[in-house]
Amino acid sequence: MTDLKKEWPLFEVFIRSKHGVSHVHAGSVHAADSTMAMENARDVYTRRSEGSSIWVIPSSEITASAPSAKAALFEPSDDKVYRHPTFYEVPDDLEVL
Amino acid sequence: MDQIFTTALRFGDNAMVLGQRLTHWISRSPTIELDIAFGNLSLDLIGQANLFYELAGKLEGNGRSADDLAFLRDASEYYNVQLVEQPNGNFADTMMRQLLYVTYADLVFETMKTSPQKDLAAIAEKAQKEMIYHVRQAGEWVVRLGDGTDESHEKCQAALDNMWPWSHELFAYDDVDEAMVEQGVLPSAEHLKTQWLESLGEVFKRAGLIIRDDNWMPGGGRKGLHSEHLSYILEEMQVLPRTHPGAQW
Repeated sequence: MTDLKKEWPLFEVFIRSKHGVSHVHAGSVHAADSTMAMENARDVYTRRSEGSSIWVIPSSEITASAPSAKAALFEPSDDKVYRHPTFYEVPDDLEVL
Repeated sequence: MDQIFTTALRFGDNAMVLGQRLTHWISRSPTIELDIAFGNLSLDLIGQANLFYELAGKLEGNGRSADDLAFLRDASEYYNVQLVEQPNGNFADTMMRQLLYVTYADLVFETMKTSPQKDLAAIAEKAQKEMIYHVRQAGEWVVRLGDGTDESHEKCQAALDNMWPWSHELFAYDDVDEAMVEQGVLPSAEHLKTQWLESLGEVFKRAGLIIRDDNWMPGGGRKGLHSEHLSYILEEMQVLPRTHPGAQW
């Protein structure tokens, strides 16, 4: 079991729950290749009808921001409240924004 | 009426026994992803069995529930093909047995879902959607096992050799089946086998596997004749309801 896990690459799974919204990261699966990753993702993450679309991508293909860069990347926007769309009223019956 | 009862029971039993077999992989699978997959495959099959049993119980009219049919019949009253009661063996054996059966079931349900027998058609309509996924899942695994390392290929070819003889029974039609063909519930054995071989042929080609038929054709499961394996499966499956009749969760 441990050996298999070492050999099988990791894939990140993104699920879109319904039309009109984005794919959201659901988790990850191990699989021999992308076809099997898709099957595994279906079995692991959509068994309660969560999805209408699945993306899988090798985890090694993802470039992540470094934790040490957090301040430089994100803090400058903290004091710029005017960038938030909070100055108008959202209609009650709008479900997805 | 009796013929539809028998047909519903046979397909219910196929799904019940195979579903029960697959549950044994849970907690023993090579990876957690497969562990969950086996749970899903089992539940699909046991759900199908439940629908077929409910229909059989209704047609019989003696008040037997789906649970009664699943838990209170002995091996000689089970009418599944012997293929589905074959032991899990190694992972290749299980996937090969799965591929041979679900490819057959998918093709049968394709005909059954358009049959004038509305109750069976409704079950087949639902079940076929599940079978399409099972066929793909088993096929992809057989390709990867067959087209894998030398050892993997050898084991997968051995799995095909082991399971193949048990597949003949799928096409050994009796009077009930022939009546079902006339009513448009089942495809003819000849047509079914041609399509089945065509579908499997594509998988085996990609997997680099060959069919080595030695003309040994065991059978009789659909008449209630079984290998000893079925008794052990049923004993484990039925022990609770038989020990504590009427027990509820």
